[in-house]
Amino acid sequence: MEIWFSEFHAPDVKHSIRVNRHLYSAQSDYQRIDIFDTPEFGRVLTLDGSVVVTERDEFVYDEMCAHIPMAVHPAIRDVLVIGDGDGGVIRELTRYATIERIDLVQMDNMVLEACRQYLPDNASGLDDPRVHIFCDNALRFIRRCQAEYDLIVVDSTDPLGPSESYFTREFFGMCHHALREDGILINQQGSPFFRHDAEELCRSHQRIVRLFPVCRVYQAHIPTYAAGYWLFGFASKRYHPIDDLDAPRWRSLGLDTKYYTTKLHVGAFYLPAFLENMLKEVEK
Amino acid sequence: MKKLNQQRAPIHEALQRFREMRVVPFDVPGHKHGRGNPELTEFLGEQCVGIDVNSMKPLDNLCHPISVIREAEELAAEAFGAAHAFLMVGGTTSSVQSMVLSACKRGDKIILPRNVHRSVINALVLCGAVPVYVNPEVNVKLGISLGMSREQVARAIREHPDAVAVLVNNPTYYGVCSDLRAIVRMAHQAGMYCLADEAHGTHFYFGEDMPISAMAAGADMAAVSMHKSGGSLTQSSLLLIGERMSPGHVRQIINLTQTTSGSYLLMSSLDISRRNLVQRGREVFRRVVAMSAYAHEEINAIGGYYAFGQELINGNSIFDFDPTKLSVHTRDIGLAGIEVYDILRDDYDIQIEFGDIGNILAYLSMGDRLQELERLVSALAEIRRRYQRDPSGLLSQEYIDPEVVASPQEAFYAQKESLPLAACAGRVCSEFVMCYPPGIPILAPGERITPAILDYIAYAKAKGCSMTGPEDPDITRLNVLL
Repeated sequence: MEIWFSEFHAPDVKHSIRVNRHLYSAQSDYQRIDIFDTPEFGRVLTLDGSVVVTERDEFVYDEMCAHIPMAVHPAIRDVLVIGDGDGGVIRELTRYATIERIDLVQMDNMVLEACRQYLPDNASGLDDPRVHIFCDNALRFIRRCQAEYDLIVVDSTDPLGPSESYFTREFFGMCHHALREDGILINQQGSPFFRHDAEELCRSHQRIVRLFPVCRVYQAHIPTYAAGYWLFGFASKRYHPIDDLDAPRWRSLGLDTKYYTTKLHVGAFYLPAFLENMLKEVEK
Repeated sequence: MKKLNQQRAPIHEALQRFREMRVVPFDVPGHKHGRGNPELTEFLGEQCVGIDVNSMKPLDNLCHPISVIREAEELAAEAFGAAHAFLMVGGTTSSVQSMVLSACKRGDKIILPRNVHRSVINALVLCGAVPVYVNPEVNVKLGISLGMSREQVARAIREHPDAVAVLVNNPTYYGVCSDLRAIVRMAHQAGMYCLADEAHGTHFYFGEDMPISAMAAGADMAAVSMHKSGGSLTQSSLLLIGERMSPGHVRQIINLTQTTSGSYLLMSSLDISRRNLVQRGREVFRRVVAMSAYAHEEINAIGGYYAFGQELINGNSIFDFDPTKLSVHTRDIGLAGIEVYDILRDDYDIQIEFGDIGNILAYLSMGDRLQELERLVSALAEIRRRYQRDPSGLLSQEYIDPEVVASPQEAFYAQKESLPLAACAGRVCSEFVMCYPPGIPILAPGERITPAILDYIAYAKAKGCSMTGPEDPDITRLNVLL
């Protein structure tokens, strides 16, 4: 017997993962939520039919969201995480004793609950006493914040769908307003390879560039995402992601990681030529 | 009377049957279910072009309905509490014109507020009726025209006992309602018809705790934009009439100007939307009202903006206020409404209904979701933060009392000359000047051009309002009577 989960990465490209069992399926107010058990990727969470997280490669995404800013900014105390249904980014952040508060804003409580049940390792950070969970629309939440956070991590799904708001000018503007004067914004920027994704990337990069003096894109290799190639945005009011990297300080923390290293940190910001050109075009 | 079943949609059902019959078309339209125009079919979809067909026996004929269109009209009439309903395919403009043309003929007087839609005055150009304007009251702070007060209507009726009809906006673009019941009563006592422009009032017939609808208030005719709050396709509309009107006469009037090739896309959308409103309207509009209330709260919490609504009700010129409306006064943050409108579109990819000198209007409807509303509110908060400035020096929109020198028809067809704007003061205009939207004329044919009006036009142009009406598209010249 063969059961396959398939997802279109582009209109003419399909990615399939063999499935052992379909563990969970529900329709929330916002999206369809499914969790599969798969031989290669372990448990896989999908939202509206798109892979959000797999047990096998989540470490790449979660580590790259958390450690990059933490190795740059010397004093991150207050963190806002938007999205992150599975809790993986939070789990990484809770490993830093210097963080005093992590506010998680999640629109869809059902995702959180499903992850607590089926992806308990990822969700393990959610019970940390520093973590405060708000079930709210992030735009609404952040409208009320002013110079309150040192770091904002936007861990959303793709721009088409319920997360569309997290790629808009008004959202990035609100983030800017909610950050302290040396704050950092990390957001997922999708995949640059397929044409449609590349257009979305350019649009959102352009919006961020207009708001933050420092605005760089970095990359990681994530097998289950489109083209296996994923980008993140690093936007900041003060710190430069490479010049201000304090590698000895980070290494002294002794954190054990599977993807992130301070060397890779620097390398991740060196982009292929086609991408550099594409971004240069919208930075004009 | 036979029992009607509001669960049915006769035109929709007939089109479904028609599709299954796979009739061979040797009639118009020439695209023949899309086969002859593959690019169009690719763009709009086979489902859509396949029912773009002509009148035929199983599908009835809009000019003289006897079967499925007639049934759809009867269902619509029942749903809206009207004696008869006409499906309209030329926009609510055609409903308004047919309404005016049914009530007035050449030389007749019609009492109406000056803040009517251009379609009303267009109808006067067509039929030669003469407007008697009731000056609407104005909210000076917001710079918006309100409804007509009972006293003003009574005075107009007293001064013009020979008028044949009173026309009422129910509501205005901003959502302001006059005391329609009282105005209907006064008009009928004076032997006049009462007509309602309900371009923005479809939901009054289906929502809870809404301002009264024209048919419920006893009005004789109402032009209802189903494609606005009713959810049907753009350009589809309804004309409703009460017991005092002759449906045969109104049909004749409609047929003077309406196409003989009525679109089945539009008609089926009216049919399906009517059924939807009957089945789900109450719940749907409860949600819209709740969203609007939430948006008012959030926008007013930003500071600087004033999202206004039912708190303005004063029992007369604002007898009632549409609770679905989201109008926001922007002048206090130092931006004209039209500037906020432009910034929302250019910087935030948010298209709102209109912006004028002092206000913006975001149209909320059955298709809205909270997540987009959050975007709008956040964008407004951002705009305030980025652009807020001293509001002094911004014009407030003032109501300019028109001096009607000639009837719209006389002026429109009269001998005229074209003059540069600056040379027009004191002359009589032969054309319209308006910002669109909202499409309420600043000048209508037959009105005296004053320096105040010219200043206003210059200011609106400078602020970026989209001006329409005159023959000269750049509005540097106007046609005036010789």
